[in-house]
Amino acid sequence: MRAALVVLAALAAAPFLGFGEGYSLTLLARVMILAMAAVSLWLLVGGAGLVSLGHAAMLGIGAYAVVVLDDARVTDAVVVVPVAMAAASLFALATGAVAIRTSGVHFIMITLAFGQMAFFTASSLAAYGGDDGYTLYGRMTVLGHRWLEDRMVFHYLCLGLLALVLLGTRMVLGSRFGRVLRAARENPVRVEAVGFSPYPYRLVAYVLAGAVAGLAGVLLANAAEFVAPSYLAWQRSGDLLFMVILGGLGSLQGAVLGAVGFVLLEEWLGHLTEHWRLIFGPLLVLSVLFLKGGLVGVLRRG
Amino acid sequence: MTGIAKGIGRRGVLGAAGVALAMPAVRARAQAAGVKIGLVAVQTGPQAALGTQLRDGFLQGLKHLDGKLGGLPAEVLVIDDELRPEVAVTKVRAAIERDKVDFVVGVVFSNILAAIVRPVTESGTFLISTNAGPSTLAGRGCNPNFFTTSYNNDQVHSVMGQAAQDSGYKRVFVLTPNYQAGRDAAAGFKSRFKGEVVDEVYVPLTQLDFSAELAKIAAAKPDAVFTFMPGGLGVNLVRQYRQAGLANIPFLSTFTVDEATLPAQGEAALGFYSAASWAPNMDNPANAKFVKDFEAAYNYVPATYAAQAYDGAMLLDSAVRKVGGRLGDKDALRAAIRAAQFRSVRGPFEFGANHYPVQDFWLCQVAKRADGKFQTETVRKVLSHDTDPYAAECRMR
Amino acid sequence: MSLGLLLVQGLNGLQFGVLLFLVAAGLTLVFGVMDFINLAHGVQYMLGAYLGASLAAWTGSFWLGLVLALPAALLCGLVLEWLVFRHLYERDHLSQVLATFGVILFLNQAVRAIWGSAPLQMPVPALLEGGVQLMPGLQYPVYRIAILVAGLAVAGLLWLLVERTRVGALVRAGATHAPMVAALGVDIRGLFMLVFGFGAMLAGFAGVMAAPVLSVDPGMGDTVLILAFVVITIGGIGSVRGAFIAALLVGVIETLGRSLLPDLLRLVMAASPARQAGAALGSMLVYIAMALILAVRPRGLFPVRG
Repeated sequence: MRAALVVLAALAAAPFLGFGEGYSLTLLARVMILAMAAVSLWLLVGGAGLVSLGHAAMLGIGAYAVVVLDDARVTDAVVVVPVAMAAASLFALATGAVAIRTSGVHFIMITLAFGQMAFFTASSLAAYGGDDGYTLYGRMTVLGHRWLEDRMVFHYLCLGLLALVLLGTRMVLGSRFGRVLRAARENPVRVEAVGFSPYPYRLVAYVLAGAVAGLAGVLLANAAEFVAPSYLAWQRSGDLLFMVILGGLGSLQGAVLGAVGFVLLEEWLGHLTEHWRLIFGPLLVLSVLFLKGGLVGVLRRG
Repeated sequence: MTGIAKGIGRRGVLGAAGVALAMPAVRARAQAAGVKIGLVAVQTGPQAALGTQLRDGFLQGLKHLDGKLGGLPAEVLVIDDELRPEVAVTKVRAAIERDKVDFVVGVVFSNILAAIVRPVTESGTFLISTNAGPSTLAGRGCNPNFFTTSYNNDQVHSVMGQAAQDSGYKRVFVLTPNYQAGRDAAAGFKSRFKGEVVDEVYVPLTQLDFSAELAKIAAAKPDAVFTFMPGGLGVNLVRQYRQAGLANIPFLSTFTVDEATLPAQGEAALGFYSAASWAPNMDNPANAKFVKDFEAAYNYVPATYAAQAYDGAMLLDSAVRKVGGRLGDKDALRAAIRAAQFRSVRGPFEFGANHYPVQDFWLCQVAKRADGKFQTETVRKVLSHDTDPYAAECRMR
Repeated sequence: MSLGLLLVQGLNGLQFGVLLFLVAAGLTLVFGVMDFINLAHGVQYMLGAYLGASLAAWTGSFWLGLVLALPAALLCGLVLEWLVFRHLYERDHLSQVLATFGVILFLNQAVRAIWGSAPLQMPVPALLEGGVQLMPGLQYPVYRIAILVAGLAVAGLLWLLVERTRVGALVRAGATHAPMVAALGVDIRGLFMLVFGFGAMLAGFAGVMAAPVLSVDPGMGDTVLILAFVVITIGGIGSVRGAFIAALLVGVIETLGRSLLPDLLRLVMAASPARQAGAALGSMLVYIAMALILAVRPRGLFPVRG
């Protein structure tokens, strides 16, 4: 976990190292929120061997829970966060129950299908802006206090939650539950032979990942103060997947490294040239060909 | 499939875009006395052609002003919103907080505008939309720091409704994409069209093939079809409409056949109708100069996106000049923009109480020019000195 | 709704399905034979359309454009295979997804840099202009019938190739027992390259055929890619027959759902919400169908591998 600790420490120190202005903090908040979502996806991909191409739907449902409650004038985190996480978990439970019956590429495609259904549903919610999205007027309150409007507070909230999510996921993976989950990924036949059915374990992991992604969605909505159906688009699920792969599936901290690397690289290239994708694309290819094991693999070897 | 957290303002775009400008003042880092503009124009995705029109129109305006706005050297940061609201918010915030732009100008699509209007206006920066004109910002949500040089979207659709009414059509088939702007288009058209709407069909924004809808139209045998299909959607619809032999049914459209899509629609769009407050053939000196120099510089026919952005540059020039370059005096600057003392390519131009233009609207038709290029040309004036329907709800603070 | 309209809509669905099949066939072959997820298949379709449109404009003839675009698409496919893809055959699916996504980003941007972001047009050839009167007031364009015929011809040809030739036997064997085939002394590398180039050419062909009907713009491959993946998943990965049936199924579901749903919903609810709900549900229908099919048959309709 050393690399992840270094990243967390760097994020904690960043506001005092010349990254304390508004735009840097906005960018760092996005990095942390996406890292949180990537960690939850890592639990599925790296932990359970379930490659989901519909993870953005969970993120989006968390964000849309904020919207629906905001429209009903409920803006306190005490209500919003549990409701959003519950909504995302419920969606994960319902879709996961069907999806986990399949495996491999079929699992990728069925999660994509559910993600697309959520996307089209969000686009048709005319009351919440439909395709145009919904502007939130202000961030959540915490027990009636408007603390989150302060960017520094928000920064450290995101950081704290990211650390918590990392720690929690690590504990889950280290527990008996996590060991069964990982054994089922390595060798499903043997796990079944010893009398475990992988199905309930995978479903629980899927629901847990959904809940965490829902939390990230709440933060994302609050960071941007804006929610749009594009949060649920399959391209977003793809982005999250790429963060996880880029970071490396060998270790949980890969998710954090991948998210940081992905967002910052895009950001930096975007400054260089309008045609930054001409560079970013080949870089992705090269990273696959030469960085086996992702960023984590490089750190291990190096 | 692109990045979830796309970066902040794209720097030095004028390094590329400014090649044609040959204008050192623009590229040079602004001196204390310069004007900085964040120009929001979509540059990626299927709708990028519209953003390019907008950008080139604004830059053409600057070129005519020798790279200065109100006598101050101007620097333009082109911001690609990627047609993704959350990306637009991040980049525009960066432009305001890091790059300290004095004005945010541009924006093709209303959903992008809706996303950035709060961050921009709350920071005390003026937001000049040169295309998107949503109803929310025209009515109850009107904002002292927000202006548009275009129109209220509903106005354009209602112009087509009026034109259909004037042409004596009794039965019209309505076809729009299934999103807010599409539903607004249908509502706007129906606000002035009093005949029968035989069917209203909504299609997904990602639709490629219209054969199912075209069969429905043929079965319904309407007097005319009203549609709103921006960008690539319109390219597909127009060509398939012609191929299906439906072209004898009048094709009334808004934002569907314009100079941005005509190069791809070509002959298929010939004779199709659109509604606008400007067309390249408008006969006034400012417009003649704009169209001639624009085509010489960029080698394509400008559309409304370019014309309104050109007007945006002229508007800013007049305002900065009027306050003598004192950009800090927000109230004086607001009054100066509101006064709109410039020569618009549309002829007369004035702002209403809600900072939306009060202007004439025309029925236009696609025509082929002598040089083989296509453009829309005015047919007749439909509404004179028209104020949008939401202006009455605006209580400007 | 009249019977005539229903028939026309069915024909529309079949024609869209056939177009999807042209894209999906290459995808499912590459996936089935090489176990390789090629996300870049969609941009190969786009490249075909761009090459066709510019070559047709350059030569002044649709037919020359079509004939020249095919080898050009093949060449692009082989260059990509040589540069990138062949280094990925041994890697896991995730690496393939990431790398081919990189190729998408690059090619989408490259197309924009070369041709600009405005859509291109490709005229319908004079021979296939005009239409056939299928119902009063509606000309069914001859060109669309030509797409239908071309697609069916390619489907037949593929079937012959896969089921009746030596190469086809190798391809089928490669799909199930690649190491075995290699052990028998077959040049598996060469076979892979052949299949890959063929797949790229099929995608390019679909692109050229679609160009006169749909707009040619950067990103046109992304929408098609997702639908093509839906098709091959429903059909059973690696099965050409499955892809064919699934493509027609998806085409018909898409088209009929879109045109019938709003009218059906109007029977049970008010007109205005019915139209909007119908439109939203219409775009979801394909995915609902896929989820249902996978829920019942987790490996698709015609699974190739045990």
